[in-house]
Amino acid sequence: MTQTTDTPMVELKGVKKRFGDLEVLKGIDLRVDRGRIISIIGPSGSGKSTLLRSVNNLEVIDEGSILLDGMQVNRPDLKGLAYERHINHIRQNMGMVFQHFNLFPHLSTLENVTLAPRKLKGMNASGARELGMELLERVGLADKAQAYPSSLSGGQKQRVAIARALAMQPKVMLFDEATSALDPELVEEVNLVMKGLAEEHMTMLIVTHEMTFARDVSDWAMFMDGGVVVEANTPENLFSHPDQERTQHFLRKHLGAQA
Amino acid sequence: MDINLMIEIAPLLVKAAWVTVDISARALVFGFFIASALVALRTSRIPPIRWLARSYISVVRGTPYFVQLLLVFYGGPAIGLRLDPFTCGVVVGAFNIGAYMSEAIRGAIESVESGQNEASRSLGFGRLETLQYIILPQAAGLMIRSVGVLAIILVKNSSLVSIISVIELTYQAQRLIGSTYKPLEVFTLSALMYIIIIYAVMGIVEFLYRRATRYTFL
Repeated sequence: MTQTTDTPMVELKGVKKRFGDLEVLKGIDLRVDRGRIISIIGPSGSGKSTLLRSVNNLEVIDEGSILLDGMQVNRPDLKGLAYERHINHIRQNMGMVFQHFNLFPHLSTLENVTLAPRKLKGMNASGARELGMELLERVGLADKAQAYPSSLSGGQKQRVAIARALAMQPKVMLFDEATSALDPELVEEVNLVMKGLAEEHMTMLIVTHEMTFARDVSDWAMFMDGGVVVEANTPENLFSHPDQERTQHFLRKHLGAQA
Repeated sequence: MDINLMIEIAPLLVKAAWVTVDISARALVFGFFIASALVALRTSRIPPIRWLARSYISVVRGTPYFVQLLLVFYGGPAIGLRLDPFTCGVVVGAFNIGAYMSEAIRGAIESVESGQNEASRSLGFGRLETLQYIILPQAAGLMIRSVGVLAIILVKNSSLVSIISVIELTYQAQRLIGSTYKPLEVFTLSALMYIIIIYAVMGIVEFLYRRATRYTFL
């Protein structure tokens, strides 16, 4: 299925998610056009991580629909193997970066990056190696290709994780608090890699606590609280002149602490 | 102590020790397959299958190995199950250790961080591929030492198959006492041989453990 350029890359319509009795997403709508960068901010427990995880179905939503480049992501009509095949195909088109990196500790840095293209796209060893080295180069870690994750710093791990996600040439990248587990001095190297992706017009959905970064890099910013989007606007407007009292309160707390 | 006697009977005990190693090794290999099958059954989506696997494990763990051996060897023929002593030793050993080993394997798989599964799935790997490329290689390192402990128990338990007259280390020792009337010498020597076997097993386990977890030291 080829999509015209005005098909949104990611689209959420009326997304609801419950954990038991607790409704964590109360009907979220979101449209991410290709090449756009959306930041989602909000206090912990606001549902922002759940929202991001729903996009690639790590959380299965209860209501609503999610589309990736026109393809329906959530498919309650599919069961068993048919569902597995569908969701694996969808996920191969999305890169996800986790707060705790989740690198594969038993594989070298290069193998972490090349495993998916080799096994899922049938890429041969030399082609995968070339791609892997190119991506490691891009995140500034070509010299660590043979190192194992246990010998890397947090910032280096996260850069490898980004390279690993890029290796499948995803249509969109999802960042789930990619810098929250890092020591402050390691945050910048990861932010730089993400800025590089932004310059290349990678479509990105970023859940973050880094307000300054969100303001600098994104085209659109959303403030979530209590499972709803309280306010969404351009970053300039959202961060400088928030309309809602809840947004103002949250930003006062966070920007105040950062300044 | 009669050292000359010990030297004289050593070849016979070495030969019998080999039977001990043979019976234990075979039981360990078959036991591993049984354990893997049990792990798969225990994670089945069909509740009666899960329940059956769990009950099997409870029965094996709740009864002495000695009784299991006697039950199969002497009780088996009543239901048409006739096994020669050696085969019976391997089969009962395998089914016994398999139950314990399934718990060790399951525990190892479960202790691989859940983030590993998520990272693999988010790349587009399916359940089985995730198990194959991501979970099992890491679980291997976590299970080797506990499987090693079970291998040692298996070697020690193999002395019990002497009751169904498999000519392994303990049975041979008893026969030699019958002809030499020197239990101290004979049992000391056979105990030494058990120690050698068990230390060899521990060495292999440690070697495999280091290999499987190499990445954490690099």
